[in-house]
Amino acid sequence: MIENIDFTLVDWSRAQFALTAIYHWLFVPLTLGLSFIIAIMETIYVRTGSEEWKRLTRFWMTLFGINFAIGVATGIILEFEFGTNWSNYSWFVGDIFGAPLAVEGILAFFLESTFVAVMFFGWNKVSRKFHLTSTWLVAIGANLSALWILVANAWMQNPVGMAFNPETARNEMVSFWAVLFNQVAVEKFLHTISSGFLLASMFVLGISSWFLIRKREELFARRSILIAGIFGLLSSLMVAYTGDSSARTLSKVQPVKFAAMEALYQGKSNAGLIAIGFLKDADTKTGEKINKELAFKIEIPGLLSVLTSGDKDGYVAGITDHVAGNGERGIMSSAEKIRRGQYARNVLKDYKIARSANDTAQLGTISNLFKDKEFQSDYFRYFGYASLARPEDVVPDVPSTFYSFHLMVILGFLFILIFSMALYFLFKGTITETRWFLWIALLSIPLPYIAGELGWILTEMGRQPWIIQDLMPVSGAVSKISSGSVIITFVLFAVLFTVLLISEISIMVKQIKTGPKH
Amino acid sequence: MISHLFLQHYWWIIVSLLASLLVFLMFVQGGQSLIFSLPGNDSQKTMIVNTLGRKWEFTFTTLVTFGGAFFASFPLFYATSFGGAYWVWIAILFSFSIQAVAYEFRSKQGNVFGQKTFDIFLFLNGSLGPFLIGAAVATFFTGSQFSLNDMNQVKWETPWYGLEALLNLRNLALGFAVLFLARVNGLLYIMNTIDNEELIKRAKKRLLLNSILFLIFFLSFVISLLFSTGFAADKVTGIVSPEKYKYLQNFIGMPIVLIIFLVGVVGVLYGIGVSLFRKNINGIWFSGSGTVLAVFSLFLVAGFNGTSFYPSSYDLQSSLTIINASSSLFTLKTMMYVSFLIPFVLAYIWYSWKIINSNKITEEEMSSDEHVY
Ligand code: HDD
Ligand code: HEM
Ligand code: HEM
Repeated sequence: MIENIDFTLVDWSRAQFALTAIYHWLFVPLTLGLSFIIAIMETIYVRTGSEEWKRLTRFWMTLFGINFAIGVATGIILEFEFGTNWSNYSWFVGDIFGAPLAVEGILAFFLESTFVAVMFFGWNKVSRKFHLTSTWLVAIGANLSALWILVANAWMQNPVGMAFNPETARNEMVSFWAVLFNQVAVEKFLHTISSGFLLASMFVLGISSWFLIRKREELFARRSILIAGIFGLLSSLMVAYTGDSSARTLSKVQPVKFAAMEALYQGKSNAGLIAIGFLKDADTKTGEKINKELAFKIEIPGLLSVLTSGDKDGYVAGITDHVAGNGERGIMSSAEKIRRGQYARNVLKDYKIARSANDTAQLGTISNLFKDKEFQSDYFRYFGYASLARPEDVVPDVPSTFYSFHLMVILGFLFILIFSMALYFLFKGTITETRWFLWIALLSIPLPYIAGELGWILTEMGRQPWIIQDLMPVSGAVSKISSGSVIITFVLFAVLFTVLLISEISIMVKQIKTGPKH
Repeated sequence: MISHLFLQHYWWIIVSLLASLLVFLMFVQGGQSLIFSLPGNDSQKTMIVNTLGRKWEFTFTTLVTFGGAFFASFPLFYATSFGGAYWVWIAILFSFSIQAVAYEFRSKQGNVFGQKTFDIFLFLNGSLGPFLIGAAVATFFTGSQFSLNDMNQVKWETPWYGLEALLNLRNLALGFAVLFLARVNGLLYIMNTIDNEELIKRAKKRLLLNSILFLIFFLSFVISLLFSTGFAADKVTGIVSPEKYKYLQNFIGMPIVLIIFLVGVVGVLYGIGVSLFRKNINGIWFSGSGTVLAVFSLFLVAGFNGTSFYPSSYDLQSSLTIINASSSLFTLKTMMYVSFLIPFVLAYIWYSWKIINSNKITEEEMSSDEHVY
């Protein structure tokens, strides 16, 4: 039933997906945030009638348009890559996963693309009110696109609202609302869009600071900073808040990822939260994998326990607990999960045998078993473990998970500081003279991009070896095509995206240097 | 109680509708494939690019939604075709992703690769996109070489991963037919939306040749389709077997579909005719609606009346039908509720376009401070 795995194929398919996703995410967050910033500016224009605010709106709108196009170019490739590169996955979960993608097209993409046209071509053709409404609808449409795809991604991290059907050999949806209001989905959506708002605010703040450094367009720049500062400060607080709740939820739904994030091998009570740390190889091993330990750390004592259980003495399970099991704490070992997964898979095999023999009595019995709550929660939920070779395969790469998490969090707190300072200098009236701060703001433009990509690396790398948590490993999801084909397309896409990125940056820089039109 | 069978048909209709809208909207691609040969000077070229450019997102979004809706309603098709005919789909994607930036970037200062590069992108997308989509859809009738295992996982049985489809004459015929249809619709659209005597004259000249080529390829495809052996799926057991004149039988067995098809073809011809022989610039409305009807009926013939819409010529019993490839009852039903919002979506699209399209594209507008590509 499960064939030999070609790891070169798996690795290149992953690389290709990661490449596309990483590029997509270079453009999407700016779309998410800038659309709202523009809408806010245009609202002020319509309220006050001041031409200066219209100039402001149109300048940022031009940059929005350049960025938007390239988000679309990378998005379409991602959508179809689920089919081209992860076809087994697409069948196994298409019944659940396809729905949000379709809803996204019907409800979000059309909304966005229609009103983008009004936004760009409608200035002299529609009333001010209608134009303003269109701009708001673009912002809402963009963020709705984010909603549906994140619902889909969240489902992979925490599969809910479905049941396995042995006849079709796939998972089928039983509750749309459970999929939509999945706790992981709600948190992921809020955290991700607010990180986009933050990124766009930093973009506006940085570019406006450049105008001030050059002593150009002072009124324009100060007004932009006002909007970006307030919007950015609020979003960065929101990012920290929702990031924290995401981490708490993780500790429950993906405990191994959570332990890897903190490089916590031995579980403990009164566990501290690592603020800054560096890893090195330890002398111990988990199966055949070498453990890591902290070469240096600054730790806030007890905080990790408090965050996860609300109590300083709360026990936080480590990687070893999950691999070897911890009877005292009621944690099952991966070896046991593998055994249970294999049991579930054998039941499915029996079903297939009964199907070929046309043994209806046996078919009925097994079908009922798959509907049985106990079988689902004690056996089928470990279905994916049947494909793991060794218990330690459940451990993701610890350094990438650990560093991406910590760097993201450090940057998150830095952004709160930067936006607060921007507002402080602005209200004090000294921002134009505070040149060191203007430089910091300008040079910080790339930082939210880095933080956002790190967030995804944490999410996706920390999820390994699973493509769907506990149900399907990445190696079982891949399309059976030749690895040569995937290598060629990987190179093609890498070249194409890089070409597009270079022209985008160059066009943006040129537009910014030209400045707002009079 | 809504039955699973009803929903499978309902969703095949929606997918067919999206496909037919997509083929019509590919007038954008058709127009792009003419950007080097049609305009007589730079200002004409700018007008062409701009009139097409205001609609590109629309075609693109329809393609994306078509993909998403197919995934949600017939996931086994999505997994089988995309994961097997890899190269055809990748080529299609590639051609669309270079289009997405071309309009926005081509005339902007600082675009390091020059306007020419982006115009070539437009041309490539314009020619390859419709041709490849046409050829890929033809495999709905001619079959592909794949097999599915007991976990419904696809294995493609040729090392060409989809490229072998281009060796089949009937696939090529439909590919070219779709390409020339897109060009015909592109010309009619340009005649309809641009206010420039000379350009309209130039468009008319090219219309004749493109229409003849379209007819040649289209008729060869349709005639060979009617006489070909199709893939019938038994309505009770689901067993797939070859059946002589299957598609002809489908037309006869579903007279409404036949009527839709004929009305569609007549519409396209009428649209071409009035534009060629009379001083009429509204041909696009007829050829456009004709395109939608004709493509729609071809999809219904591919999937309804006990037919396999994605046949495997390697292993007949792996062939996909709207019954064995669909989502569960629950998902199809949930998605049906979502689909009730489609008319609402169409309404706001229509309304917004009505307002911003109130005037035609002119040379003056291209030099005003509006957003120009
Ligand atoms: C500007 C970007 C940015 C910033 C400053 C932060 N994040 Fe973040 N984070 C993201 C951008 C992001 C993201 C790209 O949006 C991710 C990736 C996937 C997701 O859901 O959000 C993410 C994921 C993500 C996850 C993984 C969720 C999962 O795997 O399901 C956690 C635990 C956090 N974040 C926590 C934080 C904390 C505690 C922050 C402290 C202030 C923080 N993030 C700042
Ligand atoms: C847009 C930002 C995203 C980034 C930067 C990103 C990053 C990545 C990375 C780095 C990998 C490789 C993981 C590995 O090698 O272990 C990956 C894989 C994957 N991601 Fe994401 N991802 C993003 C969004 C998404 C979303 C929204 C989804 C689902 C809807 C998704 C689904 C997947 C899938 C299916 C794979 C392949 C299987 C795997 O390796 O786990 N990704 N992504
Ligand atoms: C693997 C996952 C993803 C897939 C398959 C995907 C798919 C797509 C597609 C097909 C487009 C083009 C839409 C069009 O035709 O207009 C697009 C654009 C976009 N996507 Fe993604 N996307 C993914 C990840 C994300 C994430 C994580 C977000 C946000 C959180 C996001 C938000 C957007 C936005 C805002 C656009 C801008 C253009 C538009 O909406 O039309 N996408 N994406």
